[in-house]
Amino acid sequence: MDPVLEVHGLVNRFGTQVVHDGLDMVVNRDEVFGIVGGSGTGKSVLLRTILGLQRPQAGTVRIDGQDITHMSFEQLRQVKSHYGVSFQAGALYSGLTVQQNVQLPMVEYLNLKEQALDDLALLKIRLVGLPAEAGAKYPAELSGGMVKRVALARALALDPSLLFLDEPTSGLDPVSAAAFDDLVLYLQKELKLTVVMITHDLDSIFRTCNRVGVIVDRRMITDTLEGIVNNPNPWIQEYFHGERARARLGALHGT
Amino acid sequence: MAIEVRRTAEGLELVLSGEWGAREFGAVDGELDGLDLGGARRVLIDAAALTRLDLSGAWALHEFVARARTAGAEVSFKGQAPDQLRLLDETLKEAQKGVEASPPPPPAGVPHGVLMRSLIDLGRRTERSAGGLNEGLAFLGRAAATAARGLLRPKHLRPISITRHVYETGITAIPIVALIAFLISVIIAYMSARQLQGLGADIYVVDLVTIGVLRELGVLLTSIIVAGRSGSAFAAELGSMKLNQEVDALIATGVDPFEVLVVPRVIGLVIALPLLTVIADLVGLAGGAMLCRFLLDMPLNQYFGRVIDAISNTTFWVGVVKAPVFALLIALAGCYHGMQVRSSARELGRLVTVAVVQAIFYVILADALFAVLFMQLDI
Repeated sequence: MDPVLEVHGLVNRFGTQVVHDGLDMVVNRDEVFGIVGGSGTGKSVLLRTILGLQRPQAGTVRIDGQDITHMSFEQLRQVKSHYGVSFQAGALYSGLTVQQNVQLPMVEYLNLKEQALDDLALLKIRLVGLPAEAGAKYPAELSGGMVKRVALARALALDPSLLFLDEPTSGLDPVSAAAFDDLVLYLQKELKLTVVMITHDLDSIFRTCNRVGVIVDRRMITDTLEGIVNNPNPWIQEYFHGERARARLGALHGT
Repeated sequence: MAIEVRRTAEGLELVLSGEWGAREFGAVDGELDGLDLGGARRVLIDAAALTRLDLSGAWALHEFVARARTAGAEVSFKGQAPDQLRLLDETLKEAQKGVEASPPPPPAGVPHGVLMRSLIDLGRRTERSAGGLNEGLAFLGRAAATAARGLLRPKHLRPISITRHVYETGITAIPIVALIAFLISVIIAYMSARQLQGLGADIYVVDLVTIGVLRELGVLLTSIIVAGRSGSAFAAELGSMKLNQEVDALIATGVDPFEVLVVPRVIGLVIALPLLTVIADLVGLAGGAMLCRFLLDMPLNQYFGRVIDAISNTTFWVGVVKAPVFALLIALAGCYHGMQVRSSARELGRLVTVAVVQAIFYVILADALFAVLFMQLDI
């Protein structure tokens, strides 16, 4: 086991409201790790903490073995160049074209010539299955599915080995969502990525995740997909064995 | 990152080693670009010692291989070619798999000469301006109709919302408006005192301050401050609501956005600006009094006596009557441009700027028209 991301004893509090209380999470290299939890259980807070957007009250977050909770801005910047993030609503810069969106991290971190920037951006755009013409478009002109793909292309701009996806398939129709899952799996295999994704989409979990972490009672229960489905915790039971989930479970067991 | 080049009888042999990633791309690409093929017939690449080759590094290699092949060299790899190159080829070759439906591209334009192009440009601009005028008129009409409906049935006037806007655009602006009015009266008094003292006509400083503040400067400066404060706030608020689809949500709920968003802001400002003007007038007069007292050693009762003499029945009203008109212009400019925001954050910024500049421009234009009008009416 080769842990890429380790969270230990994480505590996040807002006033008197405790979101995480001793949360542990380990993500190993080359796996697709799904983070699941009810609304308001702090999935986004967890992601924000891992990304260094907010500091926890206690606990450590290690990315590639480095604790990011006590880093200076400059050190954190270096760590940040090793992972890519795709936000829930895309968070594309609306004043920049698709190509400029993808180039922004490269411009910030790499000292490249114009031509190389264009080539690499086009490559990333093609890599996520978009036509080359998409590069000149502004985010406002894109469909929901294209926005998700551009966000993915931008996350891959610096060829990271670790990829964070926040609800990558939310707002997509089932066919587009399945296509997006396939894309993530394809890229994960080809680029040897470690993927951490927050998701509500049961289909997505069953299609892509090797292991799943469920946030319950301010902590995380982590197991393989098989294991988590059989976990006795009532919320997990409801989540994976409720009305909606049965059909997928059937598919998992090949019946 | 390292490239070791051996020149053999048949051509080149490259031994690649180290990390080839996005971070090394600049160096790798530069080195490969600078590599002289020297008419080599065979290029043998040994990539076995690479510790990491990611997509950016592979692209640099891909480019080099393509260049060597174009130059007529036969490129081969010692052992297996790196897997990443295959992925690259796949990505570039593949007919876009699973591509989302994209809107059809606009028809490509035919190339034209300079004259034709400027004519086309002129036509486009004219069309756009006409469209803008049209939209402006439609906006004005809808706002007026909604306000009229509200006056007939006051339930639709949204009194709570109006109160909020009176508070936000009026009450909270009092400190800055008062400060500016005070400073402007100080400036007039100081400037005129220097000139008039030489003529022994100190007493007319009072006339200048009083008439200047009451007729023109009180209302004009207040309007300009409010245009900057509230005109921009209106445009930004409505604009971000448009971006956030909140306006669409209102319409979908069956609520008229003009009724809940535009008209309350307009009415709120029409109420607030005259009140602010009165405050500005009072503070301006007080400032004048203070300066005359300390600068010209004029007793306060003499100052106020002179103020009464200087103003006629209409002086105060000539200033205040302009305030609702200015308020209307500011609020409409702010709301109109806010509602024009369609797609992006950049557009929001541009339209907020346009809203403020236009509001100030219309205020000054209207003030000039008022000056002519009052001149003709002899007041």
